[in-house]
Amino acid sequence: MSEYLAIIIFLFVGIGLVLFTFFLSRLIRPANPYPEKTQNYECAEPPIGSSWIQFNNRFYIFALIFVIFDVEAIFLFPWAVAFGQLGLYALVEMMIFIFILLFGLFYAWKKGVLKWV
Amino acid sequence: MSYTEIMLISSIKVIVVVLAVLTGCAYSTWLERKLVGHFQHRIGPNVAGPFGLLQPIADAIKLVFKEDIVPNNVERITYALAPIVVFIPALLSFAVVPFGDKVTMFGYQIDMVISDLDIGVLFVFAVTSLGVYGIVLAGWSSGSKYSLLGGVRSSAQMISYEVAYGLSIIGVLVIAGTLSMKELVAQQSSFFDWFIFRQPVGFVLYVICAIAETNRAPFDLPEAESELVAGYHTEYSSMRFAMFFIGEYANMLAVSCVATTIFLGGWQGPLLPPIIWFAIKVALFMSFYIWLRATLPRLRYDQLMNFGWKVLFPLALLNVMVTALIYRL
Repeated sequence: MSEYLAIIIFLFVGIGLVLFTFFLSRLIRPANPYPEKTQNYECAEPPIGSSWIQFNNRFYIFALIFVIFDVEAIFLFPWAVAFGQLGLYALVEMMIFIFILLFGLFYAWKKGVLKWV
Repeated sequence: MSYTEIMLISSIKVIVVVLAVLTGCAYSTWLERKLVGHFQHRIGPNVAGPFGLLQPIADAIKLVFKEDIVPNNVERITYALAPIVVFIPALLSFAVVPFGDKVTMFGYQIDMVISDLDIGVLFVFAVTSLGVYGIVLAGWSSGSKYSLLGGVRSSAQMISYEVAYGLSIIGVLVIAGTLSMKELVAQQSSFFDWFIFRQPVGFVLYVICAIAETNRAPFDLPEAESELVAGYHTEYSSMRFAMFFIGEYANMLAVSCVATTIFLGGWQGPLLPPIIWFAIKVALFMSFYIWLRATLPRLRYDQLMNFGWKVLFPLALLNVMVTALIYRL
């Protein structure tokens, strides 16, 4: 348990450090905002329209593929660590699993999902 | 050891490591500017102190004194939170890195690691991937088109390389059979036992993915100055900007430390004390990072995504399968 305690101490020291530097800089830095200064940056022109613009929906598709394959990576971690003690069965099992996923990747590839236009 | 003693020792270790990491980050910026300067036949920083060694301190003081400009249409809470969310995970990954062997100090046996988790490797990978949240939050909450595009690009890039990043070390885990960083170092006691020799493909994959994960050249598209100004941190100034900056360098340092621990034998080496060996290996890895930046041009975005999904990911899977088969046969 003491191992996790050390990490919690680390976390609090980190947060404390950030808050302390923010506080310190608040004490000594100047503050002189005016409307032109607090405008969003858009090449020195007044910003046009909303800033939350549409972006390519391929980003979502990549996020979806990521979820699938990252879950796979998580399954591989315990298998890899226990690999020495597991028999041939685990090896074959995992090969089948990886082949199914490789097939999935190949399918997505052929469907043009991985193509960036 | 009693409970209070454990608390006290852990706290001291934490403070020492935090200070070391911050100093390391500061001097990485110095190293980068100096090396890139020489790569380009310039001198680099040389005014503040001997060899410009006081330059990082001058930079820090300048940033503290800068006005904090908050644009008026930001999402206040997430805008304030984002730099912290980037910085803290970068720092936390140092918690499980072993910097040296056991030493005896003041009658105590002290491990040169803050926390020897038995899932150390998994912890590092879990914590470093949290950094992407900070980048998305920063990009989205800044209320600037450049920031939004930079943030979205960056997150897509990071998650694309995340998969191969995780898979690249599974080969090592198959051979080592442990997730504890200390145990991994112990298994690389002689030079030819280093995992870089037993897992060369895994090492190359790890390095490429780590560079993409930390948004460094040639994969530094999120911050492409020429097209997105500065990407997700366009609207940040003063200490908030500094947090992103330190976070990036802390991430690079963390990647170097993990690479040293997993692939390059950790703190082990002849003659010199362990901590010095560790520092040398990390410094060499950082120089390699900077060397890449000075040498390679930036990739195009579609090239980047294709490379991640169509080359690195299948290669990482094949590496896992081949390693498992060789190990078994």
